[in-house]
Amino acid sequence: MTDPTNKIREVARKLLQKKEVELIIGFEPGTSPLQATPCFIRDKEEVDRLIWGSFCSNNLATYLPKRQEKVAIVAKGCDVRAIVELIKEKQIPREQIIIIGIPCQGMVDRRQIEAELEGKEILKVEEQGDKLILKGNNFTRVINRNEYLYPCCQACTHRNPPIYDILTGDLVEEKATGQYPDVIQFKAQSPEERWKYISDEVSKCIRCYACRNACPLCYCQECFVDNTHPQWIGKTINNSDTFIFHLMRAFHLAGRCVECGACERACPMGVDIRKLNRKLTSDVKELFGYEAGTSLDKVAPLATFRPDDPEEFMLNP
Amino acid sequence: MNAKIIRKKDIASFLDSLLKDYEVFAPVKRDEVVAFDRIRSASEAFLDYTNSAKPPKEIALPQAETLFTYSTTDNTASVETPPPQDKLTLLFGIRPCDARSFLLLDKVFNGERYKDVYYLNRRAKMIVVALGCTKPGATCFCTSVGGGPFSSEGSDLLLIDIGDDYIVQIITDKGAKLLEDRRLGNAGEGELALMRTVIREAKESMSPGIEIDGLKEKLDKMFDDPVWGSLSEKCFSCGVCTYLCPTCYCFDIIDEGRDSGGERMRIWDSCQFPLFTLQASGVNPRPAAKERYRQRIMHKFSYCLDNYGQIGCVGCGRCITECPVNLDIRQVLTTLFDTEVAK
Repeated sequence: MTDPTNKIREVARKLLQKKEVELIIGFEPGTSPLQATPCFIRDKEEVDRLIWGSFCSNNLATYLPKRQEKVAIVAKGCDVRAIVELIKEKQIPREQIIIIGIPCQGMVDRRQIEAELEGKEILKVEEQGDKLILKGNNFTRVINRNEYLYPCCQACTHRNPPIYDILTGDLVEEKATGQYPDVIQFKAQSPEERWKYISDEVSKCIRCYACRNACPLCYCQECFVDNTHPQWIGKTINNSDTFIFHLMRAFHLAGRCVECGACERACPMGVDIRKLNRKLTSDVKELFGYEAGTSLDKVAPLATFRPDDPEEFMLNP
Repeated sequence: MNAKIIRKKDIASFLDSLLKDYEVFAPVKRDEVVAFDRIRSASEAFLDYTNSAKPPKEIALPQAETLFTYSTTDNTASVETPPPQDKLTLLFGIRPCDARSFLLLDKVFNGERYKDVYYLNRRAKMIVVALGCTKPGATCFCTSVGGGPFSSEGSDLLLIDIGDDYIVQIITDKGAKLLEDRRLGNAGEGELALMRTVIREAKESMSPGIEIDGLKEKLDKMFDDPVWGSLSEKCFSCGVCTYLCPTCYCFDIIDEGRDSGGERMRIWDSCQFPLFTLQASGVNPRPAAKERYRQRIMHKFSYCLDNYGQIGCVGCGRCITECPVNLDIRQVLTTLFDTEVAK
């Protein structure tokens, strides 16, 4: 995984040197060995801050809407999908960005590692292919990174960026698209079981809206939860209102969610936010044959119509 | 030193006996996340934790509370305030940083001119049994802001884990009263010596802290410094830092009305939310993450000192572990300290 690091730095240096962009958005090491953090580089002398690794999980596309300057952005498969949707929704012109695409092997969930190590502090992490070597005081532990991926990465069918200006790694094998085994499994449960699961999950929600703010496709100047005239939902932690918040956010993302998992990672309470989004994603695929962010040419299904669009919901309610 | 001892194997029955007289809140683990919840039996308490996701401030300052309800008929209207809390609340197993945080909240809600009866009623009924930190977390920095892993500030009793037993330090009269009739033995010399070792080793294991001395004076000259822009560039104003902060207390007041009545409620708010300072005119004096993040730091490390004589941070580290973009307040403060003040 270190090869992409050098390639990314090289690309960034050249772009800044030739003044093709004013800003590079990428990742640098975080303040703990299991974290990387977004970084903004404007000076070519600083490009060695940039890294690539198993903890570069943030979706940097969230920093693009309404930007004024020309920018290059390091983007994994899901990040590029978000960029594609943002371009189609006119939040950033294609010409204003240079996509430094990077095929992704999935991001490692540090909380799964921390839970397993039960509070033992990790002081250093080394990556060797699929192995992560975790070192602490008086212990070393070697794990297989593929056993600690985020749930969204485990299900991912778009590891390779669908579009890019520069590719900084080798393309990787993809799972077949259009498979939603987790949705099929959830649908097989009874309505009571499904209701209980979702109710229990949203009861953990503290309405901090971190999920909304982390999401690259949630960019409304005034979110529906903040409206007071009319007040769509209550602002307390009443379970009913909280349920509606998650439901409506999922609906607003139907056909737009790129399953990057930013919402789940941002949530401090461990709410399974993606469950509802996954259902709507599979519905959009089934009804309209559309997957968000895979092509600049395909119009989002909720922004257009075809005469042969499914009409069952009208004719057979 | 007035110290009792309780065997770890007796903690469950100790807690169960407390449940008879108090509503007990203790750390509870649910799906890998620890939070302070009301427990109905000692077996629900989970004490082998670093710190909870949500701080215990919600026990005195609930995320949503009813200030009054109102109802109307054709020609009458009535307003009712909810009755003050009856039962005593025991916060069991909270960390010294969280115990300290209540002292700052007390200063805010028990001001000279304004006293918040809702908060104060709850605090009056609260008793705190804190649990010292024998294994401080990697992101803990309580010692940099006037606290410590075994600080007794804000506690009535302080438990210290010495292996098979807990030392019980009696901090206040309230704490002493709680132990009356519970017949705990006195801690012996050997046990106290072990306690001193545990305390020393815990302090030595803490991550290097940050320099705070002289920070306020520096910050007061840096309001317009461009460094705030680069410091906050990755922040997307999600508000998690404020909701999880034990010393953050901003709130909003809303009405939830139906046609024949409703309630006025107080709910948590956050200075990091983009709409926090949006005025009716449409002007927003803190339009971007830069202004809002600056506000957070200035409030905690300068204005709180002016207003309450205390730093508005207890070093619990939750904002560090939970920030989705790893905006680390320790790094921020160090950068500010190292930035040369523009003349």
